[in-house]
Amino acid sequence: MKRLFPILSILTAIFLAYALNQALRVAPTDALQGDVYRIIYYHVPSAWTAFLLFFINFIASVEYLVNAKPSSRTAAKWIVIAIGVVGVIATFLPQVQALLPTGMRPSAVATTVLAIPAFYFLVGWLFPGEKLDVLAVTSAEVGVVFCTIVLVTGPIWARPVWGIWWAPGDIRLTSTLVLWLIYVSYLALRRFSNSAQTQMMAAALAVFGALDVPLVYFSIWFFRTQHPQPVIGGGGSMDPRMLHTLLSSWMAFLCFAFLVAWSRFRLELLQREVEQAHAMTSLAGAGVSAKASLPLNRSAR
Amino acid sequence: MKNAGFLFAAYSATWIIHGSYLASLVRRFGRLRQQLKELEKGK
Repeated sequence: MKRLFPILSILTAIFLAYALNQALRVAPTDALQGDVYRIIYYHVPSAWTAFLLFFINFIASVEYLVNAKPSSRTAAKWIVIAIGVVGVIATFLPQVQALLPTGMRPSAVATTVLAIPAFYFLVGWLFPGEKLDVLAVTSAEVGVVFCTIVLVTGPIWARPVWGIWWAPGDIRLTSTLVLWLIYVSYLALRRFSNSAQTQMMAAALAVFGALDVPLVYFSIWFFRTQHPQPVIGGGGSMDPRMLHTLLSSWMAFLCFAFLVAWSRFRLELLQREVEQAHAMTSLAGAGVSAKASLPLNRSAR
Repeated sequence: MKNAGFLFAAYSATWIIHGSYLASLVRRFGRLRQQLKELEKGK
């Protein structure tokens, strides 16, 4: 896997350069906003990437919490399967479809609902035991970086288009800021708390923090906001070249996020390895017989 | 290009944030490797 990293880095750099070229030269100029609209190609993919990372953090945190007890682990598996089955069936019922906002396709909702059990079992299989906690902190930290970009590029775009940097009281903007604050608090808790329960407390905070993600996403569907309506799935139309550029940028940012998260994951493993080694040294110094072992992945080096 | 300054600012800000984060990761990796070396020497 370590050999794969430089190859993927080069491919990602090429993909990012392609996406930048598409964004600045190939995509047509917007009739209303002019060229400043091209901020969309960094702003929206960053937001989608942050949401995906926070979703991974949510899944990893839930699994970390339920794995504490075998009974809750089994119950959680069946609950997740039930969410997938009931959710998919429900989205095709006329009564539920009537509740969906205009332009939101039931198939899109069903796909999103199916992603929950799919991610749950995939994450549990790929990241067993303590690695779930490592994945949780990794996805939260990289998610905060992408969310910061959303909060910085948003006002830069708003100033020439709306005439203001920030719309106070706007639910989309405020809920995004709250989302960022929740995950910064999550990282601060992990950084500064030395309690044995820190990982459990952080996982619980992450589960509640993730509830803000749907609020951010659906705020523009259910409330009147200064922020424009969704560019995809909102019933509107977009020039095919613009859509191609937007999706290319998102794919490029996803590849980049994957590489950054991979590095951060290895860093976390290495950090735990060092902490473990420090603890073993202290025990040995205190005269306690302890076999110095490094249980976590040595490939983190 | 109209409002090119804002566009340039947004793109630059994005890469400054990513660059700063990557630099912090490299720094943390270096510090941990150093600590690990010291621990291995101390054994």
